[in-house]
Amino acid sequence: MADINKLAQMLKELDDQLVNCMRCGMCQAVCPLFARTGKESDVTRGKLALLDGLASEMLKDPEGVNEKLNRCLLCGTCQANCPSGVKVMDIFLKARAIMTGYFGLSPVKKAIFRGMLANPKLFNKLLDFGSKFQGLFTKKVDDMLGSSCARFQAPVIGDRHFKALAGKPLHKTLPELNSSAGKSGIKVAFFVGCVVDKIFPNVGEATLDVLKHHGVGVFMPANQACCGIPAISSGDTKTFDNLVDQNLALFEKGEFDYLITSCASCTSTIKELWPHMYQGDSAKRMKLRELADKTMDISQFLVDVLGVKAGEPGGESVTYHDPCHLKNSLGITSQPRTLIKASSGYDLKEMAEAGTCCGCGGSFNIAHYELSKQIGERKAGNIVDSGAHIVATSCPACMLQITDMLSQKKAGVKVKHVIELYAEGLR
Amino acid sequence: MSNTALIKEFEAIVGADNVMTSETDRHTYSYDAAVLDSVMPALVVRPTNSEQLGKAVKLCNDNGLPLTVRGAGTNLSGGTIPHPGGVVVLTNGLNRILELNEEDMYAVVEPGVVTAQFAAEAAKRGLFYPPDPGSQTVSTIGGNVAENAGGLRGLKYGVTKDYVMGVDFWDVNGELIHSGSRTVKCVTGYNLAGLMVASEGTLGVFDKIILKLIPPVKAAKSMMAIFPSMKAASETVAAIIANKIVPATLELMDNFTIRTVENFRKAGLPTEAAALLLIEVDGHPAQVEEDAIKVEDICKQNKASEVKVANDAAERDAVWQARRDALPALAKLKPTCVLEDATVPRSKIPAMIEALEEVSKKYNLTIGTFGHAGDGNLHPTILTDKRDKKEWERVEEAVDMIFERALALGGTLSGEHGIGLAKSKFMINETSAGTLAYARRMKSVLDPKGILNPGKIIG
Repeated sequence: MADINKLAQMLKELDDQLVNCMRCGMCQAVCPLFARTGKESDVTRGKLALLDGLASEMLKDPEGVNEKLNRCLLCGTCQANCPSGVKVMDIFLKARAIMTGYFGLSPVKKAIFRGMLANPKLFNKLLDFGSKFQGLFTKKVDDMLGSSCARFQAPVIGDRHFKALAGKPLHKTLPELNSSAGKSGIKVAFFVGCVVDKIFPNVGEATLDVLKHHGVGVFMPANQACCGIPAISSGDTKTFDNLVDQNLALFEKGEFDYLITSCASCTSTIKELWPHMYQGDSAKRMKLRELADKTMDISQFLVDVLGVKAGEPGGESVTYHDPCHLKNSLGITSQPRTLIKASSGYDLKEMAEAGTCCGCGGSFNIAHYELSKQIGERKAGNIVDSGAHIVATSCPACMLQITDMLSQKKAGVKVKHVIELYAEGLR
Repeated sequence: MSNTALIKEFEAIVGADNVMTSETDRHTYSYDAAVLDSVMPALVVRPTNSEQLGKAVKLCNDNGLPLTVRGAGTNLSGGTIPHPGGVVVLTNGLNRILELNEEDMYAVVEPGVVTAQFAAEAAKRGLFYPPDPGSQTVSTIGGNVAENAGGLRGLKYGVTKDYVMGVDFWDVNGELIHSGSRTVKCVTGYNLAGLMVASEGTLGVFDKIILKLIPPVKAAKSMMAIFPSMKAASETVAAIIANKIVPATLELMDNFTIRTVENFRKAGLPTEAAALLLIEVDGHPAQVEEDAIKVEDICKQNKASEVKVANDAAERDAVWQARRDALPALAKLKPTCVLEDATVPRSKIPAMIEALEEVSKKYNLTIGTFGHAGDGNLHPTILTDKRDKKEWERVEEAVDMIFERALALGGTLSGEHGIGLAKSKFMINETSAGTLAYARRMKSVLDPKGILNPGKIIG
């Protein structure tokens, strides 16, 4: 472990960005975590002040600052609403990387990120194996949602109602694909994403069905690696770079007009973090920039590029939850709604606070389940109050969290990805 | 705090979860929104009911601990920066609306209630709470009362003090003091509620606040008037009032602010205009129509090159979005943004604008000016980088000059931000040595150990 002065020196790199926070405190109005705890160290202004305090050597407790820094969903709502335009996500991710460099990565994270995530083939095998035996340890609790809970006391699972691993992940049904452009004349690369592949292969299948329906050619290389968001959120730049390298090598082999995903987190990671946080050589960074420019969320692609339009309303009521990674990072809110309206047999019914975080926050859910649950319960309450029978969203991670909350509430509301609704109407 | 026994005593009052002692927690309560140095408190406590609050105050006094009450910490004059080694008492655990009386049109709230949430709750019951400080989505009623916060609607509807009917507060001995009442008229005893407004936590600790509510507005009309000079715009402000029309809001933006906002939002603002007035008249529909026509005429008589009247909600919103964007747009230009609130009598606005131009030239500083022209409350906003020591010195001198000029024009040091730490050194210029001595004598009796927010207002 380096000495604290060195840490302060490293954090000084962030000074030009930290100084832009004028400490107006307006982030208190929008932070989902602050809304639960009311603690200044849980809101952005407080965290920025802590980083500033450490950089200027006013503080002597890097562990304490690191702990507070990690109590954040990285939902980006503060950044989207900051009057001074402080680049909060950039500061937090860089600070986490600096902190991880200082403290080192925890052994558990090291094993998961470097041992498993960084080896897509091994990762797939381990989870294929897991999907066969998971029934021994878990039991189903809600057939409609397909959620399970732990059979025995299990430390990581706790009292979660989770979606089990799919019996057949997408990479088993369809390891790779390279179809030529049809009537649309457009070809896309499909970045599947871990959660879609392993837990919601139906979302991946729906995406492919829709692309086929519209005559869009698809390049989907085998052995895709994780987009890297779990690693970079934990400050593990080494694994992040490794994953980006692997993906870049795979996608470089194909020719395509757009790169699409049906996962909000993957989309924003590829678009924003790949070109920005990757530390490899500049030639690769240029390529990542080009790739990022081509990257789109599936709803955005269908509506903005293919011109899919809203149809007649009517049918089962659906409410839409805005994933933070679409709304706050990329400003995409209208296209998924248009897609729901374009899905036959469905009627969009807005919920209150559709744009607030569901509380998942990736690893935040694992480290701070109680807080994650409190934020999620508010979301679940808004979903139920909307009176809709289905909640649709554009991010499989949000789907996991919302499934847990609705299952525990026995709410009787289905959780779907918007692309599933649209695909159903085409079948 | 080295005294663990004392920490235990605080924990016994508010519970261990509500006493924060770690370096990191304390650091996050060492600043507010003012551009001032932070000061570490020794301890942060968060009472969650009235009884706990009273006991915490008494414990501070018994031990001679300086005490600074803090709501959302949006203070722009350093009023919530703690005293070295002192205790920060958070009010966000005291956030209940205790009563919202539709029949008699008042509400009783705890100090930690968030202003905009309270206004929304009143609106749900068909009532209107007009004070709308810029930070209302996070600021608390307690803070608004302690600072006598203003807002865009000050011209017609007044500021926070005009809605305070009573305040219950704890004195340093842990006695609950009652003031005011739930009635519109009340002359029982000293007007302690009036004394508490704008006292910035130096005389007592708020426990409950009784607020007046009014019927909601029936109709409103907004417009944007474009002017070839700041002089013409500021003369128009005076002319509107002289014609006995009191708009709900009457806001001014200078050319620099207009260009910055346009660059930020691309909403089609006239970037060539020397000044804009954003005006809203409200009231009974018939009166609104009449006032709007009159205001339009007055603007044109006073050299407005164009007056755009909003025809629907979207156009009305566009007018106010431009005003709401002023601070965020300016804030993005430079790292540090010193937002002042020098205030002059309305008729002196042209002179104050001239003075600000002079200050900007003399100290070679970028100053964007916008604000509540209707009530003479301007927000000259100095854009700088506090890390640039030489420029920062010029900023400090410029601020001094802004206050000097405002006072010379018969104005005041602060229209709505309060005195706090930032402006206490100027107090003698606006008042007198005798006034300060009187205030200090009063405080010394009410707070003999000097624990209540020491250093603020009267030094």
